Amino acid sequence: MPKLYDYVLSGSCYKVRLMTALLGVTYETQAIDFYPGREHKSPAMLALNPLGQLPVFEDYGLVLRDAQAILCHLANRHDPAGTWLPRDQRFGQVMMWLGFAGGELMAVSAARMVSMLGYPGDLEALRAKGRMAMRVIEDHLSDRQLAGGIWAVGDTPTIADIALFPYVMLSHDAGIGHEDYPAINLWQRQVRRLPGFVGMPGIPDYF
Amino acid sequence: MSLTTDQAALDQWYVLGAVSHFPFGTPVETGLLGEPVTVTRRDDGVTVIGAGRSLPVRTTYNHVWTSFGTPARDIFALPEATEPDRRWLYCGGVRVAASGLRLIENFLDLAHFPYVHTDILGSEEKPEVAKYEVEQRRDVDEIWATKCEFFQPKAAAASDGGQISQYMYRVVSPFNVMLYKTPPTAPNRWDVIALFVQPVDETHSIAHPFMLVIDPTSTDAEIIAFQQMIFLQDKIVLENQRPALLPLQPGRETPTRADLSSVLYRRWLKEKALTFGTEPRTDGVAAGA
Repeated sequence: MPKLYDYVLSGSCYKVRLMTALLGVTYETQAIDFYPGREHKSPAMLALNPLGQLPVFEDYGLVLRDAQAILCHLANRHDPAGTWLPRDQRFGQVMMWLGFAGGELMAVSAARMVSMLGYPGDLEALRAKGRMAMRVIEDHLSDRQLAGGIWAVGDTPTIADIALFPYVMLSHDAGIGHEDYPAINLWQRQVRRLPGFVGMPGIPDYF
Repeated sequence: MSLTTDQAALDQWYVLGAVSHFPFGTPVETGLLGEPVTVTRRDDGVTVIGAGRSLPVRTTYNHVWTSFGTPARDIFALPEATEPDRRWLYCGGVRVAASGLRLIENFLDLAHFPYVHTDILGSEEKPEVAKYEVEQRRDVDEIWATKCEFFQPKAAAASDGGQISQYMYRVVSPFNVMLYKTPPTAPNRWDVIALFVQPVDETHSIAHPFMLVIDPTSTDAEIIAFQQMIFLQDKIVLENQRPALLPLQPGRETPTRADLSSVLYRRWLKEKALTFGTEPRTDGVAAGA
């Protein structure tokens, strides 16, 4: 059975939990005491991921790190129809948003760690970067909606939506509200309606 | 921001974190009651500096406690702390943009379980809060709610099914609260789950959940993850409550019978004339009157 080394408050681990739920993939989890225990930096976890980060996902004898890579793996191995990771001209765009979700958008995650857990860091600078990332998503989704679309890429949900969703939604933990992002609000309601959707603490089902 | 002048708030003991979470030798900046404080852990103990002076320090229950004033009582008694088979878990401080009093009141509330902790601490099919008892124990100056019962689909990390959980709540000071709850693995004893709130300012708090539990099977990571999951489900609600400051003025919020513990808690805060983290009254009644 696949295994997720998981931390319940991690938006990156949530990407994997959400994707497996949407695909109906059953898996086991091992809770890692990320905070306050810093277990992701323990020798046992560094042996699995020398970067000392979560999530780590084991499947088919592979040990995978990086939430975006794991999303690709899940779509590749568990979505034979190929709708979540299309191989046509949408492929490049999906990859572009995956890179963004693991890159610029992680400023929201960093701001959240400072704001919520007291990690060291320049909160205002991180928030500013987080808002810039949110603005890029808002502008893109706004264009998509003006063109009659809703998803980040193409006419169906892809792993790009799943990669973007968690930290967009957790931005309130970083002190970034959603008042300025109407296109994001419209999009996030569609994500929540996906069959099999699961929430996480801070992303309640009752919205 | 500056140190509050609310004497009732000043004359209390406050937790600044678990002792083990402070690094040796490196001062840690934090805040209490509107004032910056610096905690330094050394081999020979912990010091806390605030408002230009050394503050009193206790390390009771392996937490760093301090006070700006003169607490009338020592830190509360916790007999369970001497039981050898209990696991001590320090779940780590979480910052919440809310009044510390709102955090305590939310902790006392049973009625939100089915809606905020759906399918974990409560079920939308069984939302009823059964009648429970509340009392102010004047000898120890604590608020107790007893004979609380609630159906819980997943009461704790070690649960493998639903149970009717028995609860007792105990408010030991305005910003420190704990609950006693039947553990899935030892129905004749009580788990202790405490919430120590560090009021940084009137609308920002750091919650320090602390658990003394009987659970021979779950890993530390599983128990801490369960507690953090629950608390983060509360956080989004707490940060969106309005007014942000706890209203003590009659008529500002309307309690129901399920809110008995909250009613007594607010009455007790009024009796203490505590104002820090409360909404300014507009009815001309002074705090403590």
